[in-house]
Amino acid sequence: MENVNHLEKFQAVIDADSKIEPKDWMPEDYRKHLIRQISQHAHSEVIGMQPEGNWITRAPSLRAKLILLAKIQDEAGHGLYLYSACETLGISREELIEQLHTGKAKYSSIFNYPAVTWADIGAIGWLVDGAAIVNQISLQRTSYGPYSRAMIRICKEESFHQRQGYEIMGKLALGTPEQKEMAQDALNRWWWPSLMMFGPHDTDSPHSGKAMTWRIKRESNDVLRQRFIDKTVQQTEVIGLKIPDDKLKWNETKGVYEHGEIDWEEFNQVINGNGPLNKIRLANHISAHENGAWVREAANAYAAKQKKEVLVA
Amino acid sequence: MSNTKDNQGQLWEVFVQASPGIPHKHSGSVHATDKEMALQNARDLYTRRSEGTSIWVVPSSAIVASAPEDSGMLFDPSNDKPYRHPTFYVMPEGAKNI
Repeated sequence: MENVNHLEKFQAVIDADSKIEPKDWMPEDYRKHLIRQISQHAHSEVIGMQPEGNWITRAPSLRAKLILLAKIQDEAGHGLYLYSACETLGISREELIEQLHTGKAKYSSIFNYPAVTWADIGAIGWLVDGAAIVNQISLQRTSYGPYSRAMIRICKEESFHQRQGYEIMGKLALGTPEQKEMAQDALNRWWWPSLMMFGPHDTDSPHSGKAMTWRIKRESNDVLRQRFIDKTVQQTEVIGLKIPDDKLKWNETKGVYEHGEIDWEEFNQVINGNGPLNKIRLANHISAHENGAWVREAANAYAAKQKKEVLVA
Repeated sequence: MSNTKDNQGQLWEVFVQASPGIPHKHSGSVHATDKEMALQNARDLYTRRSEGTSIWVVPSSAIVASAPEDSGMLFDPSNDKPYRHPTFYVMPEGAKNI
């Protein structure tokens, strides 16, 4: 009886477009859904540092290197905002990291693809961050207060990421024929995985149902994907590249671009651990975490020693 | 608390003053094992783009928060006490600057 009452109040807050805060009553499934979604989001930010980190030492200029370092530092920061938001739901940072390492928690499949040329750094910023921004702008209005606040902060920082990527692509596209080809090749490889970032079609999306009623998600996968396509086509034309989709065409009546079928078999393969780099990405994270154990131990020993000194004094 | 090997430090709440003269506002949290590290982490995480002129960090465990179920009692709008607002009072005709 008590729960029914709680549930009604909870849904009333959500329907009024107000926010749920950490200490408020919430259904267990709401909490679980949030932990899964926010932690996956946090892990994606952190794992996403790897394909770009791979290019720090090979950035083509000092300017490019400084920008890349700042961008990667932002990604680390975004991961930390999200971990903190997730921890307000009653899970610890240690548990979150453990879930990533054991494979219980996932991260975005896009980061299992390699960044093989400098143009890939452009494509990642322009397309991968571009797709992420479309999703994150929508999530600024999510019903859980700490998640919403993290999203607002992230969105403020993220548009630099997309613009720096687009600048790289634009420069390459206007360069020598080889450079233009490199840019087109990166677009060819990153286009479809970027569309997959929005997840399965609405008709096949296993987690979407309650997420919409609870306003954790505000717009569906297909709506967000369409928005990304519609704004990216024009940007592609401006720099003289071509989206690798023969079926892409403007639909006058609907006012949107129609697109070809996404290869969901590839999507499922990558999600289930068979992408090009799943094992390497995770192994890198585990080894960085384990190699950092002595730092955590030293910091804790120092903190304990300071506490003792305060007691003695 | 889990074992030392995995311990990420305690949680601290971060308050940033965006410009001189205005109140510090809650920005988020950081993990740190001591107060210097908390301040450093807060700087690195929350003020990379001149977002602030001053930072406070407070151990999360030191914050006492009101409970959502008490909010009715605590934050009653007191509509029965209109005399707390200046518009309640009738000023003499013609009085200026009051």
